Amino acid sequence: MYRDMLLLRFFEERALRVFLEGAVVGTCHAGIGQEAIPVGIFSVLRPDDYAVSTHRGHGHMLAKGADPRRVMAELFGRRDGYAGGRGGSQHMACFEVGFLGSNGITGGGIPIATGAALACKMKRNGRVVVSFLGDGASNQGTFHESLNMAAIWKLPVIYACENNLYAMSSPWSEMAAVKDVAERGAAYGIPAEVVDGNDVLAVRESTARAAARARSGEGPTLIEFKTYRFCGHSRSDTMPYRTREEEAEWLIRCPILRFSERLRSLGILDDSSEAKLRSDAMRIVADAEEFARNSPEPDPESVAEGLFA
Amino acid sequence: MREITYARAIREALAQEMRRDPNVFCMGEDIALYGGAFKVTEGLLDEFGPERVRNTPISEGSITGVATGAAMLGMRPVLELMFCDFLALAADQILNHAAKFRHVYGQQVRVPLTIRTPSGGGRGYGPTHSQSLETWFMRVPGLKIACPASSADAKGLLTTAIRDDNPVLFIENKMLYSLKGDVPEGEHLVPFGKAAILRRGDDLTIAAYSRMSVESLKAASILAGEGISAEVIDLRTLCPLDVDTVVASAQRTGRLLIVEEGTITCGLGAELGFRVFERIWDYLECPPRRLACPDVPIPCNTKLEAAILPSAVKIVDEARAMMEAG
Ligand SMILES: Cc1ncc(C[n+]2csc(CCOP(=O)(O)OP(=O)(O)O)c2C)c(N)n1
Ligand SMILES: [Mg+2]
Repeated sequence: MYRDMLLLRFFEERALRVFLEGAVVGTCHAGIGQEAIPVGIFSVLRPDDYAVSTHRGHGHMLAKGADPRRVMAELFGRRDGYAGGRGGSQHMACFEVGFLGSNGITGGGIPIATGAALACKMKRNGRVVVSFLGDGASNQGTFHESLNMAAIWKLPVIYACENNLYAMSSPWSEMAAVKDVAERGAAYGIPAEVVDGNDVLAVRESTARAAARARSGEGPTLIEFKTYRFCGHSRSDTMPYRTREEEAEWLIRCPILRFSERLRSLGILDDSSEAKLRSDAMRIVADAEEFARNSPEPDPESVAEGLFA
Repeated sequence: MREITYARAIREALAQEMRRDPNVFCMGEDIALYGGAFKVTEGLLDEFGPERVRNTPISEGSITGVATGAAMLGMRPVLELMFCDFLALAADQILNHAAKFRHVYGQQVRVPLTIRTPSGGGRGYGPTHSQSLETWFMRVPGLKIACPASSADAKGLLTTAIRDDNPVLFIENKMLYSLKGDVPEGEHLVPFGKAAILRRGDDLTIAAYSRMSVESLKAASILAGEGISAEVIDLRTLCPLDVDTVVASAQRTGRLLIVEEGTITCGLGAELGFRVFERIWDYLECPPRRLACPDVPIPCNTKLEAAILPSAVKIVDEARAMMEAG
């Protein structure tokens, strides 16, 4: 898990760097600071469970088992990317590992995840679907409509809300009159809990409870993970809407730092094993970047390919 | 072959496909016990049970997304939207999700989703329950659109839609539900993208779809009495659009009239008329003409409604004017 968190962190840092260099065009939403959530979630789910993501999905995808090389290649818009250069940062899927796609429409993936859970229930395959969403997305109608449907049909879905306190520039506290997103679960008869999203073990435990509920036919769970995005929303963001003090407070609560301290206090991690994990993760990221840079540009002739099955 | 209504033909296609493939299921508002607002799914609950004839909450946006998500994992949902006007609430899921996923996700996925919905006026339901919005969706790459004008096509096109691996918008028509016609009893498929020539003629070509094909046929028989021989083409699907059949016909007759029930601006007439014009303008005796609803909301009052919706009588007038023009 620790290595996965490092991988996500280094990957996003690298992605932002190449983006600033101009090698990656369009947009690029990184999840720096939020790594504990996908890593914790997928550490307890089964490989054949599913996930539907948001516009900030690189980390979700990597934690689900997608190939960092192909994710990076997609950021570069190259032929070997998961969408062959058609999707970019916020439209990637890897069905082989059950990652059903990131999504450029805020809240758009929530009914998709709910429908995937309906399919799982109808097929009686015992699988669970994770529906990632942001605090901002919880103000979309799709969130409310989907939670209601999942509740009446007892669908095997976990709504994983990453509340990083902001939706672009909008503070959660100004965009909702309730204190926690989790309060909204009650409106639909869905059990909900607030979890420290920067504590990977807490993420893991809450997910395990929700997955057990889902698999035993008891239906959906809403988990609100409190977290913080260390980087800007996207490239142009200079973050005038939050204070440097607030950022500093959250930096101390860095999920990677905290997990490292925890592992060290348990005697599982020391300087040399940490250095090894870091260099392993770094190597994977460097390799992904090299792969992406060497991947050919897609052929413009092929642009309409695959529109219809 | 026996005569059944358009509504029953649709139900028959649903039942036959649900028997054939366990992944096919229906969902929508009030479709189970109640049988849907137009009773199209009546009786299916008894045979297939509530899991496969699934009532949903009134959440058009998200039920469309839910059906899409289920389709991505191999189910073949047939979603009923009670009125086509409600496509506005479902538009994001159709346009930004169902129709795009295959292409933007690098062909990793198929979305075998069918959305059935009735369009059209004629019943005095007024501005939010009478529109024909299907031509909006002609501009959504990745989406197919079928719009049957007869009972046989209702069954055949729906069967094709359900077996298609792409999202299909299946446009029914409220005024046609009770129309009877011969329908094959067993499996019946009508391919997409192949227009039907409903009546042969030499003086002008009338291209239409859904209820306007029926009105065009009525108009053609009136015109025949006046010595005007009209060819009537029922397009059957708007995407794919069978431009070739229309071109071949208009090239021979020299005149093209396009009839549709939706509003005129940027409608089928604008698109099809231009596509034909750019290919065979030098064969045409006069410019292609469009008969459609003017750009106003559809009123409740029967006389007001009749004033704006195209009809056989208006088609006849338009055709006469074209014959006089050249
Ligand atoms: C329907 C829609 N509205 C607005 C946007 C623009 N937008 C992209 S991300 C975003 C903020 C989303 O906030 P949140 O759900 O909290 O996720 P976060 O970015 O914090 O991870 C906005 C407004 C969009 N992509 N889609
Ligand atoms: Mg947020």
